Amino acid sequence: MSKPRVSLLWFVGTLVFAVLSMLIPLPAPLQPFKPYWPALFLLYWSLESGDRVTLGLAFVVGLCADLLDGVLLGEQAMRLCAMVFIVLRFRSRLRFFPMWQQTLAVLALLLNDRVLLLIVRTFAGDALPPATWWISPFVGAALWPFLFLLMDDLRMRLRIQ
Amino acid sequence: MALAREESSPLFAGTVAGTLRLILYLALAMVLMVLDHRNGWIWRLRYATSVLVEPVYRLASLPASGMRTLSVAFSDRKMLTEQNQRLREDLLLANAKLNRMAAVAEQNERLKQLLDTQHSLDLNVQLARVIDVDLGVYSHRLLVNLGSHDGVKTGQVVIDAHGVIGQVVQVMPRTSLVMLVTDPDHAIPVVIERTGLRTVAYGTREGDLLSLPNISMAADVHPGDKLLTSGLGGRFPPGFPVGEIQTVEPAASGLFLEGRARPAADLDRSDNVLLLHDLAEPVGPPEPAVPAGPPADFAPAPVPASSAALPTRPGAAPATTPAASTTPATQP
Repeated sequence: MSKPRVSLLWFVGTLVFAVLSMLIPLPAPLQPFKPYWPALFLLYWSLESGDRVTLGLAFVVGLCADLLDGVLLGEQAMRLCAMVFIVLRFRSRLRFFPMWQQTLAVLALLLNDRVLLLIVRTFAGDALPPATWWISPFVGAALWPFLFLLMDDLRMRLRIQ
Repeated sequence: MALAREESSPLFAGTVAGTLRLILYLALAMVLMVLDHRNGWIWRLRYATSVLVEPVYRLASLPASGMRTLSVAFSDRKMLTEQNQRLREDLLLANAKLNRMAAVAEQNERLKQLLDTQHSLDLNVQLARVIDVDLGVYSHRLLVNLGSHDGVKTGQVVIDAHGVIGQVVQVMPRTSLVMLVTDPDHAIPVVIERTGLRTVAYGTREGDLLSLPNISMAADVHPGDKLLTSGLGGRFPPGFPVGEIQTVEPAASGLFLEGRARPAADLDRSDNVLLLHDLAEPVGPPEPAVPAGPPADFAPAPVPASSAALPTRPGAAPATTPAASTTPATQP
């Protein structure tokens, strides 16, 4: 198999994995700790290979996630679009941040994502979520360095772009 | 190559085109959300794409079922023995109860025949397995592994061993979605077992309780009262346990009492649930109503009139005439 094809497969594979891990159920006490996987993987890819991640891709990934999640069609599409737009705009700077600054930036992005979700839910007429609802972005940010290093390492080993 | 990419996205990339594209996508997403919220399109789309969606659900439920299998495989012998012992005791107890229930059911059947009612106690059910998929934290929904190919229809009632779980709201070819009784959009007509008071139990926003917001001030309702389905509205068959009242207090408006009830079914623990099928509609015109009255055995034998009509064979008359008088009533 040619090199570009392998790297494309790897790229798509990680995104599919992200959407799948969003669906995997956790025991009820662990439920609020579940990070928003599609956002983390999209963040990684938009930082590392920004020419492959576009707003259109974020939209499509979000639509697929909506379709599987069965919430509101377009909700995650909007959130991921907004997130990818911000990252692509500040990409050149974010890439050269030290890890702790990058983690803080990811935390800010994930919190922003939760605020967007909250706005959408409020417009849809849902009740305010409990306080544990806000844990997930922090877990996501805490996982970010490990995810980033792991993915970078794998990419180096597989020698793909 | 890296340099070339840097140029395409400069340090302060503020291209108008990018912003316009973002606005376009955001607008598209909002239009989709509004349309979906108004029309519920996503489920029609999901039905169309279920060939793709359902394998994904199976795949996502694999880790959970794998964990369960592992926990069974590695659970120690002592625990299994204890469990076995407990289950055996439960089985004994259940069998004893069943025997008693059989007697009671038979008696009930006799009493009902006495009352000339046509209902039967039979249940037509289908066992379904809950597919473990996280469908968002705040949606009170379940996914089960039966769909339209198995004859599931929207509106079917779902129960478990302890009570009503909810009803089927969306059907896909191989899976269907069940709305729980605790969903804020759900309402179920109930009757309080002790007093026979009719009311409606709604789901609540905050989770695992039912709310009964309109009990009249004078009503006799106490914590611990059991709720049964009343059968009004025709969706839920009567007599299934729904929950148990926990608190009763005056509502904020001061006009009604508001009750809170805990659902009887194990909403968060059920692996297997039962889908209730409607009993088959009787074919043909309804049977003519039988005039109520004491059973035929107690009726006085119409001896004098028939013996007067058939004077030639007085001995055979009492045997034939009662049969002739009852046949029009039982055969339509």
